[in-house]
Amino acid sequence: MLALFYIFIGVAIGVSFWQITRILNFRTVIADDADNAKQGKYAIYFMVFLYAMMIYCLIFMNVIMLPEAASVEGEHDDRLFNITFWLIGIVQFIMQFLIFYFTFKYRGNKERKAKFYADSHKLEAIWTITPAIVLVVLIGYGLWQWNNVMDLSDAEDPIVIEVYSQQFRWDARYAGEDKTLGLGNVNFIEGINTMGVDMSDKNSQDDIQVTELYLPKGRKIHFKFRSQDVLHSAYMPHFRAQMNCVPGMVTEFGFTPKYTTEEMRQQPEVVAKTKGINKVRSAKGEELYEFDYLLLCNKICGASHYNMQMKITVVEQDEYDEWISKQPTLASVLAK
Amino acid sequence: MSDHHHKETFVTKYIFSQDHKMISKQFLVTGMFMGIIAVLMSMLFRLQLAWPEKSFTIIEAFLGPHQTDGVMNPDMYLALVTIHGTIMVFFVLTAGLSGTFSNLLIPLQIGARDMASGFLNMISYWLFFLSSVTMVISLFVEAGPASAGWTIYPPLSALPQAIPGSGTGMTLWLVSMAIFIASSLIGALNYIVTVLNLRTKGMKMTRLPLTMWAFFITAIIGVVSFPVLLSAALLLIFDRSFGTSFYLSDIFISGEVLHYQGGSPVLFEHLFWFLGHPEVYIVLLPALGITSEIISTNSRKPIFGYRAMVMSIMAIAFLSTIVWGHHMFISGMNPFLGSVFTFTTLLIAIPSAVKAFNYVTTLWKGNLQLNPAMLFSIGLVSTFVTGGLTGLVLGDSALDIAIHDTYFVVAHFHLVMGVSAIFGMYAGIYHWFPKMYGRMMNKTLGYWHFWITIVCAYGVFWPMHFIGLAGLPRRYYSNTAFPMFDDLADINVVITIFALVGGIAQIIFLANFFISIYRGEKATQNPWRSNTLEWTTPVEHIHGNWPGKIPEVHRWAYDYSKKVDPNDDDSDYLHGQDFVLQTTPLLPGEEPS
Repeated sequence: MLALFYIFIGVAIGVSFWQITRILNFRTVIADDADNAKQGKYAIYFMVFLYAMMIYCLIFMNVIMLPEAASVEGEHDDRLFNITFWLIGIVQFIMQFLIFYFTFKYRGNKERKAKFYADSHKLEAIWTITPAIVLVVLIGYGLWQWNNVMDLSDAEDPIVIEVYSQQFRWDARYAGEDKTLGLGNVNFIEGINTMGVDMSDKNSQDDIQVTELYLPKGRKIHFKFRSQDVLHSAYMPHFRAQMNCVPGMVTEFGFTPKYTTEEMRQQPEVVAKTKGINKVRSAKGEELYEFDYLLLCNKICGASHYNMQMKITVVEQDEYDEWISKQPTLASVLAK
Repeated sequence: MSDHHHKETFVTKYIFSQDHKMISKQFLVTGMFMGIIAVLMSMLFRLQLAWPEKSFTIIEAFLGPHQTDGVMNPDMYLALVTIHGTIMVFFVLTAGLSGTFSNLLIPLQIGARDMASGFLNMISYWLFFLSSVTMVISLFVEAGPASAGWTIYPPLSALPQAIPGSGTGMTLWLVSMAIFIASSLIGALNYIVTVLNLRTKGMKMTRLPLTMWAFFITAIIGVVSFPVLLSAALLLIFDRSFGTSFYLSDIFISGEVLHYQGGSPVLFEHLFWFLGHPEVYIVLLPALGITSEIISTNSRKPIFGYRAMVMSIMAIAFLSTIVWGHHMFISGMNPFLGSVFTFTTLLIAIPSAVKAFNYVTTLWKGNLQLNPAMLFSIGLVSTFVTGGLTGLVLGDSALDIAIHDTYFVVAHFHLVMGVSAIFGMYAGIYHWFPKMYGRMMNKTLGYWHFWITIVCAYGVFWPMHFIGLAGLPRRYYSNTAFPMFDDLADINVVITIFALVGGIAQIIFLANFFISIYRGEKATQNPWRSNTLEWTTPVEHIHGNWPGKIPEVHRWAYDYSKKVDPNDDDSDYLHGQDFVLQTTPLLPGEEPS
């Protein structure tokens, strides 16, 4: 059966080659006026296609995009993104128009004479300086925001959480009452101590190991990331946050959740997106989806990279306090 | 280096040739062969992305042990994207593009009989061939080819326990790349020496065609950055085979603690991207050089802002060596470094913008001869702008953390360096085919090829930005594990259909190419009525390029449509026709441009 399939493909390719050589006259090689006229027209048709597609995607794919940032720090990210996007959008629409319109407008013919125009310092200065000024603004805002996100030193009373990665799962460890994480190293991995916590460190005793993240709304979360095998990347798209987990070192990141999971589910953007997703899911007969924050692995890490995730739930402070008080400490778990 | 012909056997003429024109054809055909493999791979993994659980006979046939009932295995998916990237970036767009056209055009456009060292040139090709063979062999090893991504970040690439492709497959990958780097270094040194020393009389640096500037600067970037990749690869080989710990530390895998202590994967990332980013420009600059030449010729106008174009090539080259960290904003390096790299990265937008504006101004009020080569060049400007602009988003560290490693990135770099460079390569092939084979390619097929390709390129990569903005990470075997991505399934199907049509449409090009070699119309000496020196050589190739003396150069390469009265666009052509060969002496009273 397979052999027949290949023979069929081979014959089809052979026939099309033969037809091409027969139908097409290999003597037509250089564009003449008729070609220029025709291709110039096609440039306009293509431009229409391109604009239609660009606009269609910009309007109708809005609904699939990530909803508004769910972290306080992410607000500026969204604003900077919008500014940049408007800017490059405008430049894109103008430039593509010029490229294809000129292709049509100045399509060659025997009578036309091209303008001999080799240089203009004024023009060149304009399009060197204008991007430079625009970039100063973008770079300035970007760097300010970058410091904003990466600087964890001034956070008041942050919650310290270690996110721990291995092929192909995530675990997390809360610092507990002393607000300090105990030391960890792969050499301490043994039995149910899967994160390799050094239990001789007194800071380790009250640490709490979990498989799902609970975060209180409005508190700065100070994440520390570790990996025990290969590179992973903790990607929390809704919070506009991402950091690699690197074996042999601890990396850090922080943000402040702005909306609880419940609040996020009520958001118009999220409601619309969820509706779209559930349309697809119910058509396939799968159970309906409800919005949840997620942590995804975003650095190629092996076969099941595509399914390495951890659920994040953002709740009000009192709910969080209740939840954390119910979690057993590492010392008590390991003692069993 | 003299005009007399030595007797050439089949072997010295077609296989171990030292003639730059033959070597360029060898690079081209090898590059095309590798390109076919890479395109087929992309079509296979696009099938997987569009219809994740569906069984395909073609996958069963191609992937053999790496599939189950016509559905590819996750490891094989990663291997396909890895090898697709590697082949495209290095074998097609570095060797296939730069190798082909640097070899063909450098001696012809500067007025030299051959490369400075024909022997080294031959070695360069055969090392490239050897590395291609090694890479192809690696596809057939039992555990599968390298599958840690084309960036081969350790520890994944160092530990066969982590992924099967990191066994023999990865070893062959590293060997192949080491040979490849040797090949490209030898080539680049040869290009630099040739451009500096072998220019004909009158060919000042300021009179070089922009192709030459682009190839020359590209070669310099290559010499600066490729050795760093070689050292990165060597250290990785040490870690893998001899138990050193350059990149590895504190690893627990398959139930045991490994002995590695004190290394850091971040070191590898620095070394890799020190090449990896300049590599983008090694791929792109030759394409931009080719485009400059073709747009100017076919617009029958001088390239606008020759000096600015040269300066921006230099600026891009310089900046390209100090921006590598923008691939590593979230690698765990010091955030301050992130600030520095954001700054340098966004600066690259300035020379890039200058180039784009200059291309558009060159089109303005031209007399555009819309040959297939010209259309591909215009297509390049279009995709270069589209892809370049999103660079402003990704180069900004504060924005990058939200979309790093998503499909937004995939869309960005495919448009700005993948599609653009491929368009530049196609443009170059259509334009210089008569110089290579003494025959012309068919234009109707060229038009079909162009329009289908550009529609498909945009059809694939424009919607891809949006699934990236939906937060979809790249290199996911399937998106079905996340309900939050279910609404992207239809878009992935559309993308795959465009990709399949676009991939299959390349058969039109292959047919045109190979049939034209034998059946194409015989070329005239200067079919595009171009100014540059290569069109003064005879159509039939001769060793040494010019019979008799090498011509002398009297002007720059862009005196198209020069008029009697510079202020009157409708006055008569100064030289009686709309182009002036570089070998034409200045008329009495003529101002050099």
